Amino acid sequence: MRALLLGLGALALSSAALAARPVRYVPLPEAIPAGFAGGDGDVIVRNCTACHSLEYIVTQPRGKGAQFWRDAVTKMITVYKAPIEPAEAEAVSAALAAKFG
Amino acid sequence: MTRLDRRHFLAGTGFSLLGGQALAAAETVALPFAGGERTLVRASQKRPLILLTSRPPQLETPFAVFNEGLLTPNDAFFVRYHLSGLPDAIDPERFRLAIDGHVETPLSLSLASLKRDFPVTEVIAVNQCSGNSRGFFEPRVGGGQLGNGAMGNARWRGVPLRALLDRAGVRAGARQVAFNGLDVPPADGVPDFVKALDIDHARDGEVLVAWAMNGADLPFLNGYPLRLVVPGHYGTYWVKHLSEINVVDAEFGGYWMKTAYRVPNNACACVAPGTKPDKTRPINRFNVRSFVTSHGEGAQVAAGRVTELRGIAFSGGAGAARVLVSADGGANWSEARLGEDLGRFSFREWRLGLRLAAGRHAIKVRAFTADGETQPLEPRWQPAGYMRNVVETVTLEAS
Repeated sequence: MRALLLGLGALALSSAALAARPVRYVPLPEAIPAGFAGGDGDVIVRNCTACHSLEYIVTQPRGKGAQFWRDAVTKMITVYKAPIEPAEAEAVSAALAAKFG
Repeated sequence: MTRLDRRHFLAGTGFSLLGGQALAAAETVALPFAGGERTLVRASQKRPLILLTSRPPQLETPFAVFNEGLLTPNDAFFVRYHLSGLPDAIDPERFRLAIDGHVETPLSLSLASLKRDFPVTEVIAVNQCSGNSRGFFEPRVGGGQLGNGAMGNARWRGVPLRALLDRAGVRAGARQVAFNGLDVPPADGVPDFVKALDIDHARDGEVLVAWAMNGADLPFLNGYPLRLVVPGHYGTYWVKHLSEINVVDAEFGGYWMKTAYRVPNNACACVAPGTKPDKTRPINRFNVRSFVTSHGEGAQVAAGRVTELRGIAFSGGAGAARVLVSADGGANWSEARLGEDLGRFSFREWRLGLRLAAGRHAIKVRAFTADGETQPLEPRWQPAGYMRNVVETVTLEAS
């Protein structure tokens, strides 16, 4: 009897182990890339990191000019509904152009 | 806490926990264009891959992987998300796929039912990001600055979409089928990532709802537990974590079809560099491409001896019927030998032995499909940086 119970216990254990488990998303570690610390960088970090990491910014091609960054910020607000006030948007665009233009 | 607040909070936590030291120790690579410095990161279920962005995750396959074999290993397969609201966890017991909208009988299917109650099929097919190789565009364009590693070839296993639509019973007047996944926008008001195919395409028997690649469950970052597989078509249609298939009786008007992922509506899908197209259409099939995989840029080879070149070619569904190789910058071309045919949606291997004299040699590779499509010798340009397929050049140093 005891052996039977043990056997059943082992069976229950193995079927539980076989049952599919939830698969988890493990977010990648995230850091502030060089070039954002202090000064103009704060306004970018404050406004942009709500929705995405900052590699989105630093990997963009250089030399595209202020309009490139103004357009990017406008797109984030109009299409992706970034909650950025107009005055703040100007500051973000200017900071992006100054650092990465 | 709203979702936005939570994300911000999480991001802030991440910043404080991870100092500059961890990044400084990371291995780096340089993609061959200005600003191409990248770190290699190891995400869950992945080997070290080239980091484009961490949130949402975007990872590129190191190009050397494409010389390991024709099937791209799951742990090396590229990753591309649009919106940072990834599901925290997916329980395969509770997961359901809905098939609804303009159908007779809406369905809600468990994974077990999907695998048990429908015909199962396999296809070997390339998945390629629309913006693969964007970093090489000149003049440069905004967007994910990718090298050539946002592509991969896998054996996909699943149920033909047609079988699911037939079971639900598509009603007369259906125009398109829209596909949504479990990933969501990071804030309210952001357009959810939903893609659509015309009803005839959705019912052509080639499109799959797949749960396995290369004989294993899909990795989470490649769409666990289900993704749409649209052979020959750009990755934007291969919706990950697929949870809803919605038949609609009008043209689907979502942002990701109507505004994003559009190409110039002309034969070359291109415009004069720096200009904008008058009319656009949704991006669809791959154009034909080929690469040298055996040798990287500037590789050293033995002069006067045979150098065995090898690479891959593929197209949007017509395979690669011929591959030509030039060792003199395009003046003369030699026919490469083609390897095993794994189907018209797969990578096809090519090989050619060349005896190179001492000096530098610009090796070019150009694929042709059976219906005569080939790669342009000069790059085409479009403002979104999609569909690059210029003849690639690798410089070898023979000595």
